[in-house]
Amino acid sequence: MADSGGTDEHDKKDDVERSKSEGKELTKEEKQRLRKEKKQQKKHKEKKDDKASQESGKENKSASSAAAAPQLPTQTVKAPSAVPAPAPVFVPASSEAPASADKPTKTKAELKAERRARQEAERASKQGKKGDPGQQAASGKLKAPPSELQPVVKRLPEHIQVDNPEVLKKLAKKLERQQIPLRSDYGYKVSLFSHLHQYSRKAPLTQQLSIPSTVIHPAVVRLGLQYSQGIVAGSNARSVALLHAFKQVIRDYTTPPNEELSRDLVNKLKPYISFLNQCRPLSASMGNAIKFVKKEISNIPTQCKEEEAKSKILNCIEWYINDKIILAAKAIAASAIEKISDEDVILVYGCSSLVNHILFEAFEKRRKFRVIVVDSRPRLEGREALRRLVQRGISCTYVLISAVSYILPEVSKVFLGAHALLANGYVMSRVGTSQIALVAKAFNVPVLVCCETYKFCERVQTDSFVSNELDDPDDLIVTRKGKTHLENWQEVPSLGLLNLVYDVTPPDFVDLVITELGMIPCTSVPVVLRVKNVDQ
Amino acid sequence: MELQAVLMAAGGGSRMTDLIYNTPKPLLPVGNKPLMWYPLNLLERVGFEEVIVITTKEVQKMMSSDPKMKLDVKMKLDVVCIQEDGDMGTADALRHIQQKIKSDVLVVSCDLITDVALHEVVDLFRAHNATLAMLMSKAHEFTETVPGQKGKKKTAEQRDFVGVDPSGKRLLFMANEADLEDGLSIRKSIIKKHPRMHIKTGLVDAHLYCLKKEVVDFLAENKSISSIRGELVPYLVRKQFSKTANRQKMKDESEDQTQKKNDDSTNQELLIASRDESLLQLAQERSCWNDHHGDMSEAYHGGKLRCYVHILDQGLCYRVNTLAAYIEANRLAPKLFEEPAVHPSAVISEKCQMGSDSMIGALCQIADKTSIKRSTIGNSTTVKEKVKVTNSIVMHGVTIEEGCNIQGSVICSNAIIGRGADLKYCLVGNGQRIESEAERTNEVIVGTDQLMEI
Repeated sequence: MADSGGTDEHDKKDDVERSKSEGKELTKEEKQRLRKEKKQQKKHKEKKDDKASQESGKENKSASSAAAAPQLPTQTVKAPSAVPAPAPVFVPASSEAPASADKPTKTKAELKAERRARQEAERASKQGKKGDPGQQAASGKLKAPPSELQPVVKRLPEHIQVDNPEVLKKLAKKLERQQIPLRSDYGYKVSLFSHLHQYSRKAPLTQQLSIPSTVIHPAVVRLGLQYSQGIVAGSNARSVALLHAFKQVIRDYTTPPNEELSRDLVNKLKPYISFLNQCRPLSASMGNAIKFVKKEISNIPTQCKEEEAKSKILNCIEWYINDKIILAAKAIAASAIEKISDEDVILVYGCSSLVNHILFEAFEKRRKFRVIVVDSRPRLEGREALRRLVQRGISCTYVLISAVSYILPEVSKVFLGAHALLANGYVMSRVGTSQIALVAKAFNVPVLVCCETYKFCERVQTDSFVSNELDDPDDLIVTRKGKTHLENWQEVPSLGLLNLVYDVTPPDFVDLVITELGMIPCTSVPVVLRVKNVDQ
Repeated sequence: MELQAVLMAAGGGSRMTDLIYNTPKPLLPVGNKPLMWYPLNLLERVGFEEVIVITTKEVQKMMSSDPKMKLDVKMKLDVVCIQEDGDMGTADALRHIQQKIKSDVLVVSCDLITDVALHEVVDLFRAHNATLAMLMSKAHEFTETVPGQKGKKKTAEQRDFVGVDPSGKRLLFMANEADLEDGLSIRKSIIKKHPRMHIKTGLVDAHLYCLKKEVVDFLAENKSISSIRGELVPYLVRKQFSKTANRQKMKDESEDQTQKKNDDSTNQELLIASRDESLLQLAQERSCWNDHHGDMSEAYHGGKLRCYVHILDQGLCYRVNTLAAYIEANRLAPKLFEEPAVHPSAVISEKCQMGSDSMIGALCQIADKTSIKRSTIGNSTTVKEKVKVTNSIVMHGVTIEEGCNIQGSVICSNAIIGRGADLKYCLVGNGQRIESEAERTNEVIVGTDQLMEI
């Protein structure tokens, strides 16, 4: 809390706030901040005027952007690729309050402030080392970048840290408060990934719920079940299904007396989101969709009547789906078709709804091409992609990923779908994608990633270990000719089954990202993010 | 609300007439609890708060006076009475309460004793947006000797042929042996869509169904279906593969069809199709999941009507609708709950030998030198000295005089067994008196008024 003497000087408060953030980042940021402090000490008076409006704006923001999902970063990360603007970047993403903390005009005070700032930072880094040992563990583990410049200090959303008992306890307490059952992990986890959850599909969360579920809306229970069983899989499908379930929740919602719809509905959605997170970790696209819905709900004016408010929110959701998913797909298909020429051999991996859409459209526009579908175990999603393509009449070849270097000399282009695009340009997609991109690069085959902008995420990741998803390890067990060799894998002490779902592809392997805003290089993702945030 | 529970407690018990002469089937004591307590307990444990109970007036009266029902059942019971004599099938009963049904229903029969994890059935219903989800269990052989059975009587068991897909969840085919006179024929369309089908005959239907609300509405319009088990379920299973069910046309075209055929099935089509909103459709299109592989069709073959079944391998699942099942259930019922075998209010003398798997009801009086093994003694029963009760079921209010030897028998309520009687594998009807020193083996002793009228 802002207990550092409670001074008027807002840089103090900033320091304290920043001291709550990641320890490791602090040192780097700190230096940046000190540098900027010196710059801003020159510009001061305007900032003082803006301060008042900025604070109220910040309060609103902190109230409305209470992060329920761990992936709801409200501020971008300063460090990597953010352009250090001349305007104070302390409130990085919010354009409403561009002002920074004010600096005193006098030089003596300046120096004092600097010294104090340095002391605070040191104290904070010591605190950070004590309080969050796990959070300093991995570098680049910036799932929740620091929240800055808010008079109300926010609790940062937690990383997934299954091997840290304190974090687990906090999670259990939070779930208990929301009356959501806790799903227990299953099986032995490979040590590199012991910080992630690993659930078994045979132990659904519903067995701990009462059957006519009263705590959680039935549409959400159904959705959670469909997620955990894999019936709704794929980034777009999950987001659409999520928004559909939210629409049903909102339709059935009635404001209790003495409550405001804008606050209460958001609070109602939080346990549902925790529940869905327990069933299957939320994807980046889902996180962005949830952020949008929450923002819309909290922006409902208080004097709005309930029916009107509800229909407004429902319309917003409809608009979101239409704009960000359906129309975006059309726009991306239109640009991607220019890249497909006749006699092309296109390689696709797994089943991406967007890439399939592009290929359908290209086929309808009478482009002559053939497709090579690469597939991998245990999901074998390529079979579904193959079915859909062949049904339309596109000629396809099907290989497993182990044959990709054999088939690549025939390929002229590689089209990949993405689960999320990270702020440093890395592409997070189904496991195996980075391998395909690597081999394609080795063969000098262009790799094009197709991704809608709503999947852009402010997270930064450079490897696939820090944040991933572990699927049910029993999926790897296969029965051939009646024999299941891995049946008793749990009894072998030195054996661990690892079923990863995602991996990250570095931007050097990706030649182009096709979005509805145009075709951009991978490194321009943060620019898009900034533009998006400015719009909002 | 997600699911409404409906308990069917108006059934006749046509296969155990001797037992239910005085006590209606829902209130037959099993392990000293009325039979309908078991499904109600199952629903309560799972989290239901309200149940609609369809029963007869007689049962309702007895229910309100039964202490067990009043104390143990915490849910709100909404009792709907129907005529006892009317030939009301289970589907007719559902039609009767159609006004009360506001969401999907879970229909349970009162004679089901099971410890199944209900979420398995309901999860199938939820996850696949199914029209019907039911529970079946592997049939168990009844090992106990049934009183009154002359020799090894093999009743012409009406077998059920159940066809499931390789995953064991999707229900493809359901028919009773009685309906298959010329043999089992399966439509080519089913085989095309599901080339692998497992047909099982050793399954017993637990009569636990999750039905969509549209099915209840459909029943209201279609008055010719009277039994859920016998007619509705096979109809729904067949309808999964009917041509109209699979065509993905817009609503206006199906309206044309209604004008042409005036078929109830298309009505149901309309009702079911209207629930599938466009967003759900979009989500399914974008999702890379399919329930089958190897052919060109999309998930579920584009069919909107889906029936699922959960087959219970291990665990308790009994339908108490025959005498043998009743005896078996009494054996196993104590294992279902952790109540003390001996009711605290029973008076048992010290010299009594009681096996650990016996149950003594409330307000019993057991005298000295008695031996009670593997038996269930009902409430308010008096057992005098030197009595040996083995493997038997004694209901409420029975008096057993001294020196009796009762083995493998079922003694109904308010019977009086005279001194020194020796009963082996007998069924003593309600209120009967066995004279002293009687020796009966393998007999059904009922009064003349209980005999069936032909």
